[in-house]
Amino acid sequence: MKESKKTLLKVLHYIGKYSIYLVFSLIFAAVTVALTLYLPILTGDALDLIIEKGLVDFDGIFDILKKMAVVILLTAAAQWLMNICNNRITYHVVRDIRYEAFKKIQILPLKYIDGHAYGDIVSRVIADADQFADGLLMGFTQLFTGVITIFGTLGFMVAINVKITIVVVLVTPLSLFMANFIAKRTYSMFRLQSQTRGEQTAFIDEMIGNQKVVQAFGQQERMLERFDEINGRLEKCSLKATFFSSLTNPCTRFVNSIVYACVGVAGAFAAIMGLTGVAGGITVGKLSCLLSYANQYTKPFNEISGVITELQNAIACAGRLFELIEEEPQIPDAKDAKVLGQPDGSVELSHVYFSYVPEQKLIEDFNLSVKPGQRVAVVGPTGCGKTTLINLLMRFYDVGEGQIKVSGIDIRDMTRKSLRKSYGMVLQDTWLREGTIRDNIIIGKPDATEAEIIEAAKASHAHSFIKRLPNGYDTIIKEDGGSLSQGQKQLLCITRVMLCLPPMLILDEATSSIDTRTEIRIQKAFARMMQGRTSFIVAHRLSTIKEADIILVMKDGNIIEQGKHEELLKQGGFYANLYQSQFAH
Amino acid sequence: MKLVLRYLKDYKKESILAPLFKMLEASFELFVPLVVAAIIDVGITSMDRGYIIQRGFILVGLALVGLLCSVTAQYFSAKAATGFATKLRHALFSHLQSLSFSQVDTIGTSTMITRMTSDINQVQSGVNMTLRLFLRSPIVVFGAMIMAFTVDVKAAWVFAVAIPLLSVVVFGIMLITIPLYKKVQQALDRVLGKTRENLTGVRVIRAFNQEDQETREFKERNETLTTVQKFVGKISAAMNPVTYIIVNGALIVLIWTGALRVDHGYISQGQVVALVNYMSQILVELVKLANLIILMTKAAACANRIESVFVIEPDMKSAASGQTSGGKQEDTIVVFEKVGLAYQGASEEAVSDISFAVQRGQTIGIIGGTGSGKSTIVNMIPRFYDATSGRILIDGRDVKEYAVEELRQKVGMVLQKAVLFKGSIRDNLLWGKEDATEEELWRALSISQAKEFVDTKEGGLDFKIEQGGKNLSGGQKQRLTIARAVVRDPEILILDDSASALDFATDAKLRQAIRGMKDKLTVFIVSQRASSIQYADQIIVMDDGNIAGIGKHEELLASCDVYKEIYDSQFRKESEG
Repeated sequence: MKESKKTLLKVLHYIGKYSIYLVFSLIFAAVTVALTLYLPILTGDALDLIIEKGLVDFDGIFDILKKMAVVILLTAAAQWLMNICNNRITYHVVRDIRYEAFKKIQILPLKYIDGHAYGDIVSRVIADADQFADGLLMGFTQLFTGVITIFGTLGFMVAINVKITIVVVLVTPLSLFMANFIAKRTYSMFRLQSQTRGEQTAFIDEMIGNQKVVQAFGQQERMLERFDEINGRLEKCSLKATFFSSLTNPCTRFVNSIVYACVGVAGAFAAIMGLTGVAGGITVGKLSCLLSYANQYTKPFNEISGVITELQNAIACAGRLFELIEEEPQIPDAKDAKVLGQPDGSVELSHVYFSYVPEQKLIEDFNLSVKPGQRVAVVGPTGCGKTTLINLLMRFYDVGEGQIKVSGIDIRDMTRKSLRKSYGMVLQDTWLREGTIRDNIIIGKPDATEAEIIEAAKASHAHSFIKRLPNGYDTIIKEDGGSLSQGQKQLLCITRVMLCLPPMLILDEATSSIDTRTEIRIQKAFARMMQGRTSFIVAHRLSTIKEADIILVMKDGNIIEQGKHEELLKQGGFYANLYQSQFAH
Repeated sequence: MKLVLRYLKDYKKESILAPLFKMLEASFELFVPLVVAAIIDVGITSMDRGYIIQRGFILVGLALVGLLCSVTAQYFSAKAATGFATKLRHALFSHLQSLSFSQVDTIGTSTMITRMTSDINQVQSGVNMTLRLFLRSPIVVFGAMIMAFTVDVKAAWVFAVAIPLLSVVVFGIMLITIPLYKKVQQALDRVLGKTRENLTGVRVIRAFNQEDQETREFKERNETLTTVQKFVGKISAAMNPVTYIIVNGALIVLIWTGALRVDHGYISQGQVVALVNYMSQILVELVKLANLIILMTKAAACANRIESVFVIEPDMKSAASGQTSGGKQEDTIVVFEKVGLAYQGASEEAVSDISFAVQRGQTIGIIGGTGSGKSTIVNMIPRFYDATSGRILIDGRDVKEYAVEELRQKVGMVLQKAVLFKGSIRDNLLWGKEDATEEELWRALSISQAKEFVDTKEGGLDFKIEQGGKNLSGGQKQRLTIARAVVRDPEILILDDSASALDFATDAKLRQAIRGMKDKLTVFIVSQRASSIQYADQIIVMDDGNIAGIGKHEELLASCDVYKEIYDSQFRKESEG
């Protein structure tokens, strides 16, 4: 419960921005309730003018009815405006929170993103935010009017008979206690439901996203079984949460009925006193009025308790969203972080230690000095830690110990933006965004001209296949590239870098899915590109590697050999072996 | 709606009992005014305190019975709603799994995820609320109207006019908002898409400093969502006030009519009071109903979106699984006869006029430029995509005559994109063959050259792979996906450019190991590397969707320009050093 209170406070913080709407919403709610309570009085007055045959005051009735018409229109208007204010607050608050969550995703350390299922994060930003909006909206609409109705009717009751009002007020806490009792128990159930939903979304994301593999191995049945297992658990906890939370309403209604019975009995006694002329007695008419107000008074408690369960669910969802928003972000750029303007291209790694998990040492005491314009090739068996090196160079991960300097400045002392801007990166793992081909190409240089784009595409040999697409450069591709082949995707990724030509390059298996004829041509383009640019190349084809100024041979996270092609061949070590094996079929 | 609601059928009992108990509860509520009237008319008039207390207990008793009915109703409706949602999710998941690759390409992953999650959740709460309230409200409304007619037929005509008018307004608003709610969900889809894209592409986005741009785009989509939500909100917010105006307008007319009727001596003042009370009863119920309808509209929009997925018939027809060939093995295992394929929505064929025949036990190399149709050819063997012209025979039978399961059982496929699933290495390998022994698993690992690194992993086969294989390198993933296909012990093994992340040495060892696997294993190797396919029994050279040449290495070198060019581009240079 404490946890949920904290979450509530945070929600209130977001609502604070819209306090003007909140004030208006309150005012309109008050107007609505006051007018709603006033209408029965007018109706009663009108009815009093209809006595019996021949004794009807038509002029008086007409006046009252005119008044009623005005009251009705005002009530409706106030109600509508109140709803609009509430809508606005809710949707804006959810929008803000969602936006906040998304902004957080942009600055979360990669460690978090690599370590969490995408589906789970998506479920927080989408499903949880949605549920939260629903709960919040319902809360606003019904909570205000409910509370104001309670006070309004209380006022009217006090005016009629104080003692009976006191009876009512004394029994009320019972209702609140009941609601609170149930709410406490259901909060954890809602959280469990939310968690299980997250787990299921993650599973769906994994299986639906990779459906081709599932089908290729005919695993549909087995995956359905696993899905059913989660689904079964979800059913159970969802049933629990739904059922127990829905108990609030009948239970409070039960308490209210008891209040009603008490008022009835106490009121009847007072009426008897009234008949016998004892002071403090009331008339039968007053009693019926009192009963009707008692009903009006307790009804909002029902609604409020219903709202509370709904809010509970909302708060549980908001809690998961806040968890994401409050996740430790990556270390922000230092205030005095330098902006790397025109790096000379020198890169210096000294005594670098790094590991993803503390128990598993990976890179230890790694030293490397790259002069401007040098070409560094990284080779080694699959899984030797080449990608890790890139993670460190790009500062996707921070080094554990030691330092990396670019242009003589520690990369932690410069802004991430300027560091990354000075690298052009092509990864083996191609990623394309939803949008046109053009959008995907200009990602690194949004203001590129048409001529520049085409030139870059020609250099990367993507132009010819783009031209053949239905709408050329304006062809829209779906998330993850849709129907483009892996090689075509890679060509697009290369075009991106060709377009912005940063001073340093990182090519991680950049041409692994491209046919060799095209590759040779691209290599030539790359060679032109790399002139005077410091470049890091991860590749298998030794032809690319041979001409490198420094060859790093990595194995199990360590640099085991370092030098030029000829030197390494002479050493007759791991590299020499690797080189020979290329032709040993 | 129909397709979605049929999953409620299994909860017939609950779906009937829930509203029934809710109605019982409502009727017990109706007794309360009668008891109060008795207190006033009998208890107070005769000053009988005992009688009053006795009636007080009756009130408490009624409340208790009401409570029991209500709790029962809530239980049944919760059970029906959650059970229904569970069944629906199951059905939808299984339906999505039955769709063909080209359908999956068209629908898109994020759409499928929203359907499975937030849409079903909305429908679930819609069903829950409907079962609780939907019968109760109309019954109270019409009950009150009938009661009004028993009081005074002429005055009651006000009801007869007001109630249809109300229905028109309520259903009118519903009809307007349903398509709008659809728009809301579409906007939500786009927000989801952006979020997902930013998680999968986080490295590229950060490398290109696109955080701000992405945030701007997200903001835009988020803003669109909010705008649509507010717009729909405005319309449905009108529901309550409009019903309020109609009901109270009717009240004014009622009082006026009542006044005239009393003036003429047809009815008494008390009867007018009764009519007015019925009118306010209707209002209270209508407010509840209006809220319910908003919820139902939303749920209906979601249900329709779910249904739109259900109506997509899997376009890949599978022959009945009974008609197996009985393991007939022909010497000519794969035949392509003038095969062509145009992807959905594409104007031109991706491959056309492909004909070749493969003998059992042969190794086939497929080589060609990017986008030349290499993958397309092998994808058609296990029917990931169906040929749009010509036909493909496996063991002398058209692939379309096989049960898909049976066909795919024959094929071990390693896709271009190395995909592994959350779970242990063992779990992943068992995908290939559920009852594989420890020995078989290790054998597959050593063939795929993965043994060496699996050995170093903590727990070996029980090493936990994270979602998407994020804790493995690209090459490790590729080798495990190859092992997965090898475990299957297939008749045909297809490697669709699946050794691209392996270094040459490992690649060579892998091919050697595969050749030594078993006698009559037919292997298709799709590759960019001439060295990978050089020693194949047949090499198919693809160029721009057509076969540029078929033959052995030496033959092609002499006769096929495309092949020669590819070969030279790789070998002359590399052998120089």
